[in-house]
Amino acid sequence: MALKIVKGSIDRMFDKNLQDLVRGIRNHKEDEAKYISTCIDEIKSELKQDNIAVKANAVCKLTYLQMLGYDVSWAAFNIVEVMSSSKFTFKRIGYLAASQCFHEGTDVIMLTTNQIRKDLSSPNQYDTGVALTGLSCFVTPDLARDLANDIMTLMSHTKPYIRKKAVLIMYKVFLKYPESLRPAFPRLKEKLEDPDPGVQSAAVNVICELARRNPKNYLSLAPLFFKLMTSSTNNWVLIKIIKLFGALTPLEPRLGKKLIEPLTNLIHSTSAMSLLYECVNTVIAVLISLSSGMPNHSASIQLCVQKLRILIEDSDQNLKYLGLLAMSKILKTHPKSVQSHKDLILQCLDDKDESIRLRALDLLYGMVSKKNLMEIVKKLMLHVDKAEGTTYRDELLTKIIDICSQSNYQYITNFEWYISILVELTRLEGTRHGHLIASQMLDVAIRVKAIRGFAVAQMATLLDNAHLLTGNTQRNGICEVLYAAAWICGEFSEHLEDPKQTLEAMLRPKVATLPGHIQAVYVQNAAKLFATVLRNQEGAPEAAQETSQLMIERLPLFVQSANLEVQERASCILQLVKYIQKLQQKDVEVAEEVTALFAGELNPVAPKAQKKVPIPDGLDLDAWINEPPSESESEDEKPKAVFAREEPKHTRTRHTEVDEKELAKRREARKQEQANNPFYIKASPSSQKVYQDAPGVEHIPVVQIDLSVPLKVPGLPLSDQYVKMEEERRQKDNDKKKKEKKRKRDKRGRGKHADSGPESEEDITPAQQVDIMTEEMPENALPSDDDDKDPNDPHKALDIDLDKPLADSEQLVARTHRSAEVLKSPGGDGDGETITPEPKKKTRKDKKEKKKVKDKERTRSAEDKKNKKKHKHDPEEEEAKIEEAITLVNAEEAQPAAAADLDFWLTTDAAPSSAQEAVAATIPEVPIEAEPSEVKEAEPEEMKSKHKKKKPKKEKEEMEREKKKKKKRHHHHRSDREETESVQNGTMEEEEEEPLPPMSNYCLLAENDYIKMVYDIQGNLQDGSQVVVSIIFQNKSSSVLKSMEFNVLDSLNSKLERPEGATPHDALTVPFQLPPDVSNEARFVFAVQSIVMPQKLKGTLTFIVKSDDSATHEKLDFKLHFTCTSYLITTPCYSDAYAKLLESGDLKSSSLKLEGVTMPFHHSLARICFHHHFSVVERVDSCASMYSRSIQGHHVCLLVKTADETVSIDAKCDELMLLENVLDEIKQTFSQS
Amino acid sequence: MIKAILIFNNHGKPRLSKFYEHYSEDTEQQIIRETFHLVSKRDENVCNFLEGGILIGGSDNKLIYRHYATLYFVFCVDSSESELGILDLIQVFVETLDKCFENVCELDLIFHVDKVHNILGEMVMGGMVLETNMNEIITQVDSQNKMEKSEYPVTAQGFIPRASCSKLAGLMLKEPLLSVSYVWPSVIPVTFEQLSSHIYIN
Repeated sequence: MALKIVKGSIDRMFDKNLQDLVRGIRNHKEDEAKYISTCIDEIKSELKQDNIAVKANAVCKLTYLQMLGYDVSWAAFNIVEVMSSSKFTFKRIGYLAASQCFHEGTDVIMLTTNQIRKDLSSPNQYDTGVALTGLSCFVTPDLARDLANDIMTLMSHTKPYIRKKAVLIMYKVFLKYPESLRPAFPRLKEKLEDPDPGVQSAAVNVICELARRNPKNYLSLAPLFFKLMTSSTNNWVLIKIIKLFGALTPLEPRLGKKLIEPLTNLIHSTSAMSLLYECVNTVIAVLISLSSGMPNHSASIQLCVQKLRILIEDSDQNLKYLGLLAMSKILKTHPKSVQSHKDLILQCLDDKDESIRLRALDLLYGMVSKKNLMEIVKKLMLHVDKAEGTTYRDELLTKIIDICSQSNYQYITNFEWYISILVELTRLEGTRHGHLIASQMLDVAIRVKAIRGFAVAQMATLLDNAHLLTGNTQRNGICEVLYAAAWICGEFSEHLEDPKQTLEAMLRPKVATLPGHIQAVYVQNAAKLFATVLRNQEGAPEAAQETSQLMIERLPLFVQSANLEVQERASCILQLVKYIQKLQQKDVEVAEEVTALFAGELNPVAPKAQKKVPIPDGLDLDAWINEPPSESESEDEKPKAVFAREEPKHTRTRHTEVDEKELAKRREARKQEQANNPFYIKASPSSQKVYQDAPGVEHIPVVQIDLSVPLKVPGLPLSDQYVKMEEERRQKDNDKKKKEKKRKRDKRGRGKHADSGPESEEDITPAQQVDIMTEEMPENALPSDDDDKDPNDPHKALDIDLDKPLADSEQLVARTHRSAEVLKSPGGDGDGETITPEPKKKTRKDKKEKKKVKDKERTRSAEDKKNKKKHKHDPEEEEAKIEEAITLVNAEEAQPAAAADLDFWLTTDAAPSSAQEAVAATIPEVPIEAEPSEVKEAEPEEMKSKHKKKKPKKEKEEMEREKKKKKKRHHHHRSDREETESVQNGTMEEEEEEPLPPMSNYCLLAENDYIKMVYDIQGNLQDGSQVVVSIIFQNKSSSVLKSMEFNVLDSLNSKLERPEGATPHDALTVPFQLPPDVSNEARFVFAVQSIVMPQKLKGTLTFIVKSDDSATHEKLDFKLHFTCTSYLITTPCYSDAYAKLLESGDLKSSSLKLEGVTMPFHHSLARICFHHHFSVVERVDSCASMYSRSIQGHHVCLLVKTADETVSIDAKCDELMLLENVLDEIKQTFSQS
Repeated sequence: MIKAILIFNNHGKPRLSKFYEHYSEDTEQQIIRETFHLVSKRDENVCNFLEGGILIGGSDNKLIYRHYATLYFVFCVDSSESELGILDLIQVFVETLDKCFENVCELDLIFHVDKVHNILGEMVMGGMVLETNMNEIITQVDSQNKMEKSEYPVTAQGFIPRASCSKLAGLMLKEPLLSVSYVWPSVIPVTFEQLSSHIYIN
């Protein structure tokens, strides 16, 4: 062995190690690729060797090469080999390599399952750690499924180092194997209160990550997180929790109300900028969710804005950036509070940091008003001029358009100004956003009728101007605006001053260099213009013929176009014009007819209109109209919709498919609407003339400005004039108003308020009377909210209701070893009312095991102390026990109950303070030298008492109603916690899976110097003749215990279930080894025939104690005690069924009296529930009925009463012997205390 | 979630890359190149956040980076991470490296990328922050190294002689942002040992 190692290291001395490789690469800068390829050859030969050290070295080098971009997937199998080395050094190298280059497509991953499982259960915590770290990077659905259970077990590992890794990796497991979320969740939740801060933080991390994607499922955790938030001092954890609350508040505004106060306190008190920032963020989220109804939240907004201003003014660019980021969130709901900081934000536009400038731009979007829009946009235009990088310039461009067009052009008072801004923006060379400008132009021109004249004039100048045509038009995105310009000029050609000139401009040969879709628009709109020109030239046949001649001369250029659309349109129009020319030559008046070609009004249609047309009842769009053709026809090359932008047209034609009646109705409605609308021009086919003198046109102030001058010179900023004009206009308006006001004031005497100084929003009247047409929507449009969710989002699968109790089918497949195999998947029993306790039970047991083994002594002493000193902690303990005992949750009740709890928690107004009080209460109560376990127990109690208050009341009312017993009512106030809890214990409700069991049913089986065994027996619900014995083996020695064999001397009545083929004397191998100080649990199944009598079975455990130099065989004898209780299974029973059962009279009765019972009644009940597997059917004051069922279906009913330290139990059961034995055992339980 | 952690030098040479989502080697290289391109053209005194997660994942992502002497440390994270928290995490990372390598410099990362990975593995796991307490990280790293040493004394001598990197500035020499800690602020620059006593009171 030693020789081999020496040999191995000698071998290695001749190999290149990682450092040599790196050095080599650095020394071969010129021919790096060649050098590396020789290195890869070396590595390949190294991988062929048997020596694992050589292999590991090779894999290590491969990991480095992978970082440099070399594909190393060919070595995947070798990586697996290195991973499975027993040496930690190599294992780590292997796992690192795997984590860097394995992925779901790596086929050798399936070979690793067992190796990883072995490493996970390795006695060496670093083996486990390395495996977890690696697995977190390459876990696949298969691995997640196979290992989920192992990892879940690790979540309760003794070492916090392992626990925290196991907790974190669960998130990855959930993602890959969503079925594991529900079974694992209770334990994950438990880890939120882990004593180790690292584990706690990991659990918070995982739950936050889960909750971020599906927040509503985690609302019920809010109280727990609230407690953590008010008690934790770990900023990392606080940040996560506060972020989580930010995600939760939109779902539950009441939560927000509760949060405001503690968050505000944190904002005031913390000096950590990160925490401050997250608090502000969450407060903002709260304020958004509260929208209104909170009288004093303006203070909170002020606080946030003020803190953010401090951040923005900070010299630290990071804070500045984040301040702006958060500010933009406030802006959405409280724009006024942000607008007062406009100066600061405009200042940020000049920042040298692009990230900050972009953020400031975002903010400006929300800060504009009618008053300041022009000013802000002017400033932005200056920045556009200055901007050097195209990205930032493009960003500015889109922002300007966003700002102006937001909320249906709400802030634009002067559309001429806006058009001129758009025209100015066309000067930007090389921008990607030409289409954006174009669509704005189209939108404004179509929807703002009053501006059409002006817009058309501007567009005509654009068309006439060559500057957009210069340069490489294919790459220059700005030529897109010509698309809009051509269309506007064509469609609204009646506004053109000189349509002939525009027509000529549109038919210039250079147009042929434009992209096809623009040319197509040119051709089509040239035809429209042609119609207009003909119309204008009515009575001048020569001029008209000239125009036709122009068309005939120019159009052939387009007929030759390579673009199909252009070609088709051009040839069509060309033929048309030729025909017209013929008619003209015959002196026929054609203008009227040609114009009719393009008559009619186009109405804007909302972009989503088509999608929102409701599907009529009985129409199945997926059904075949005709039988599908037998052969699949080739459906290639469907021509793309060329007129994508002219969708309104298409949509309109589709509209006509509605039935006639409907259509008539709509037409009527529209006419009505149009009649009331002074700017609406009636759209009869021959309306063009009417159009000209429509009332809206009067408002177009085209004459006022000398347009041609500025736009002939494209460089001149025209919009500035508007700013000036606008200012003057407003000034004038203001003066007028002031005068009026003055007059009024003079009349009224002294006004109370001084003049409002700078004009307020309302004072600004738009320059033109502007009617912004709304886009048309189909009638009965569905208000669908268009879920844009990604169907492939892995988090979708994790949208799982976590409050529902676990079903059997959901539990994770247990680690397969022989004994466990027998009890896999215990299904629900026939009633369908109950579910099996298995999964939860197991979770608890693991926990218990740890507790018991480690803290047994401590817990006991702590208990004593508590019993004496702090009476308060007692109920909690009992409660935990009850939770243990009642693992069967009524499925119907659990969920509403949880919801009710949250409801209650949220509605208590005093809660923030009470929570603080709770924290305050916990801290002083726990003496500094107190055991940690005590601290742990104290906290949940505070929690639970808050959690559960509501239900007992409800439950009780129900009970009273049902039974109509004249017992006095309990009123539960928040303050009398003691009482509340006692009643609650009595009602035996369980909805919180928060097991922190300080006690357990495990009792000592046997113990010697090496090993200690504790056991618990549970009935197997599935098989009436089986019980399961769970034994925890704890290694007390400092050596490894292995080859443990478990054997029992079978009796006639009870037999150990052995694998098939084994004789009744064969021992069962315990499926694990025990490293020092480690404990583990194994389960053994016994078959029993009669269950009416208790029984004892003798058995032996043999094992090998392996220490460094020696190995000895040891053996330990034990006696397994099967009590009658262990054959009982906790089964819930409804009171009506219970009454029926008692009435049936088939039951034999017995009774028992216990004297000197000093403990409170609910403690006694809990004790019976916990230790003897009963459940409470109902409880009224000092009297309770309880029920349990044996594995063979015997009913056991108890009526427990208490008076003066005496507990009397009247019992009934089908089987008297069983009953008496059970009563004996109950008696024993009480005598032990 | 942290989507990726990249370390490269002023010339864009990768020194460590850790992707928590799978990409092909080519894509990884492209991401590194583009990230370098984005980050390197930024001035020293601008903010440490970069938007536009076109590289990895959607627009939810941010690049958060710090520049130490010759190296850039870049974390690509989504919106569930606190920006300032990540900045501090980078600081913790670099300080941990500094402790583990005794005045860390670029050469340490060049020759011992595996060790850097091991340290990182104790801080971030599967894209989630595992541990932020430097002492705890160092303890775990040390005891694993000890274990390695006990198994294979040879591999433990990997550290190159100090002389060979004397020419290079140690990363921490500049300590540009040590005094700026967002999660654990303090008036005077404090060591993280002192801080850790604040972190975990319970």
